[in-house]
Amino acid sequence: MTKQIHLAAHFPGVNSTTVWTDPRSRSQIDFSSFEQLARTAERGKFDFFFLAEGLRLREHKGLIHDLDVVGRPESLTVLNALAAVTDRLGLAATVNATFNEPYELARRLATLDHLSAGRAAWNVVTSSDAFTGENFRRGGYLDRADRYKRAAEFVETARELWDSWTPEGTSRPFSHHGPHFDIEGEFTVPRSPQGHPVVIQAGDSDEGREFAAASADVIFTRHGTLEAGRTFYADVKARLAAYGRDPDDLKIMPGVTFVLGETAADAQERAAEIRKQQVSPQNALLALEQIWGRDLSAYDPDGPLPDIDPDPDSGLVQGRVRIADPFAVAAKWRALSEEKGLSIRQTVIETSTRQSFVGTPQSVADELDTFVQTEAADGFILVPHLTPGGLDDFVDQVVPLLQERGAFRTEYAGTTLRSHLGLPEPVWKG
Amino acid sequence: MSATRSLHLSAEIGGPPHFDAAHYVSLARLAERGTLDFVTLSDTFARPGPDALAVLSRVAPATERIGLVPTVTTTHTEPFHVSAAVATLDWVSRGRAGWAVDVSTGEAEARLFGRRSAAPGDDLWHEAREVADVVGKLWDSWEDDAEIRDSSTGRFIDRDKLHYVDFKGRTFSVRGPSIVPRPPQGHPVTVIDATADAARAAAVRHADIALVRTDTPTAARAAREEIRDRARAHGRDPDRLSVLAALPIELHTTADAVDLAGLVGDWYEQGAVDGVHLLPADVERDLGFVVDGTVPLLQHRGLLRRFYPGATLREHLGLTRPVNQYARAGESS
Ligand SMILES: Cc1cc2nc3c(=O)[nH]c(=O)nc-3n(C[C@H](O)[C@H](O)[C@H](O)COP(=O)(O)O)c2cc1C
Repeated sequence: MTKQIHLAAHFPGVNSTTVWTDPRSRSQIDFSSFEQLARTAERGKFDFFFLAEGLRLREHKGLIHDLDVVGRPESLTVLNALAAVTDRLGLAATVNATFNEPYELARRLATLDHLSAGRAAWNVVTSSDAFTGENFRRGGYLDRADRYKRAAEFVETARELWDSWTPEGTSRPFSHHGPHFDIEGEFTVPRSPQGHPVVIQAGDSDEGREFAAASADVIFTRHGTLEAGRTFYADVKARLAAYGRDPDDLKIMPGVTFVLGETAADAQERAAEIRKQQVSPQNALLALEQIWGRDLSAYDPDGPLPDIDPDPDSGLVQGRVRIADPFAVAAKWRALSEEKGLSIRQTVIETSTRQSFVGTPQSVADELDTFVQTEAADGFILVPHLTPGGLDDFVDQVVPLLQERGAFRTEYAGTTLRSHLGLPEPVWKG
Repeated sequence: MSATRSLHLSAEIGGPPHFDAAHYVSLARLAERGTLDFVTLSDTFARPGPDALAVLSRVAPATERIGLVPTVTTTHTEPFHVSAAVATLDWVSRGRAGWAVDVSTGEAEARLFGRRSAAPGDDLWHEAREVADVVGKLWDSWEDDAEIRDSSTGRFIDRDKLHYVDFKGRTFSVRGPSIVPRPPQGHPVTVIDATADAARAAAVRHADIALVRTDTPTAARAAREEIRDRARAHGRDPDRLSVLAALPIELHTTADAVDLAGLVGDWYEQGAVDGVHLLPADVERDLGFVVDGTVPLLQHRGLLRRFYPGATLREHLGLTRPVNQYARAGESS
């Protein structure tokens, strides 16, 4: 039988890829935007709606970064509201395990699961740095190894809390005594309609993959090409057996973008246009500054690359992943720009991420299906470049083709997110 | 009495815990049919029940006008998260959010978190005041027009209209700015039960609505006057702080609903209170009698409005939208 594709809709919150200059781009904060995208996803019979999280505004050169979409609501609150205007769609919130406490978060997640009649999911992220920590009581910083330890114990503790009510509805006292959490008492929310909210994990390191293999229901990845997807898929699925889990118990869903056109050439042209809009002249200089570690505001984005060397120790860039070898990247960019005669902006466009799926609805449907049938993914988290209307064409044009070939549902079979994902209800461990 | 002044009527819709949305939606709609200013939903971490802010977020799109005021505690929560969640309730309700500030005094609640032991109420209310202060700053950390979407310069926001709050309290510090743009009401409405001393000290500084539990109009008037005086002493306009009597009710017959209308109307006309916050013994039954019995009588006496004059909770309460503290600082410099 044809393997079924899972689909989720990402509402791009704070990000650099939404083409906000497009007149069709609307508010990233008004509830109407969330409602529209969620209703579209539900019309398309998607598995779930997905929100990312960031707990400190990004900075560049010590100033708040002002070029991208910024400002977002608090996820669980929006998802509870969306539960009122949708019936079946899963509702997934990214919530950090470093800057929260298990009792409170487990309670909020269980509440969402009740109020949505079994549609809640939690994307556990661990990103942590002193920069973000400045907004919290905890303040400081957990180093990389400790982050995943805390996250693993956090998820374990949340599950203990969710299991502290029997399936028959009796509350029992719980206690958890571990290195990170030392808590006891009574949980205030009965076992939720899905048993437990669905747990998603995003993170790519060895620790991240191991954490997902041990305890997640879905893994959100960035491996969007067929090759990288297959390697990642094989690696992660192979880790499950050690935890007594079946390969089907963990769904692999890369975040992907798409551009549709009437013909292949038309789609390519649109994709190029979108990339030009995503990399504004100002954004091109910013990308360059992140590699060079220097203030390059005097350079012309339509002119050649700087001939000075990067300064890796300038401390110019904060709150972002450091580039391991800026000299090598700079050399590569220079070579590329010389070879093809590209300006700064053109070079950045050339080197920045391409759209994942570009083509006619038919070719995109074929490609998505190939990914799933050949084990590069179990499904996709679609990231539109326009909010909130960016999913309309996909739902109207690609979804029917996937349905025609029997690779995607035409109706929801059940009411809970677990049932959409084909995940069993967790065994109660009282 | 000015023509626009109106008795404020509100009710608590908690009670025995429910975990289905339909229960709360129908109560909020009932209260909305009675044109109540707002409903509250109380909450603690230590007794069975769902997260109140989540419930009222779920209720928001299913209602149109009623104000939504969940209890949000400040003792074991993160001020940054609290500010974002209440601001988001305001976004999803299009300007109908409030929060009832409370503290967690018990050892049982402390053990659910395991981060600190129980502390005296005075300390916790001191902290709650700091939380209310920083939450207000975070709401103001984006000026209303910070989002500019200026294609010519490629700038989505004007970073000069975003502000670090750099707050240092006794037990926490917050750098800011918020991740959530300034909510529709500027500041969602702050409600504090000002019956106890330590809480009253917070109410006179930070509340838009102070609740007082009292049995007699004389006691209510005394509390109201004290609260207004103290608010004035903090440099506030006392007319921007409504004092509502928190009244436990138990209505079994239409006659009870009539009696309640008489009592509420009298207290209000005597200037003892700005309105009442009803605490029903059985919320479905009592709220039904209030909406169908008490409300029409108060309307008939001309004390209660017959429809919502505006869309936001601040408008129902006759409160203006607060000026942004950072924008003001910017103008004067
Ligand atoms: C696809 C993907 C999406 C992520 N989304 C978020 C997010 O929304 N918020 C966040 O704080 N971190 C996010 N992260 C960061 C991860 O939680 C993690 O902190 C980071 O990837 C470093 O861990 P790693 O070394 O295991 O990858 C994301 C990571 C990946 C791979």
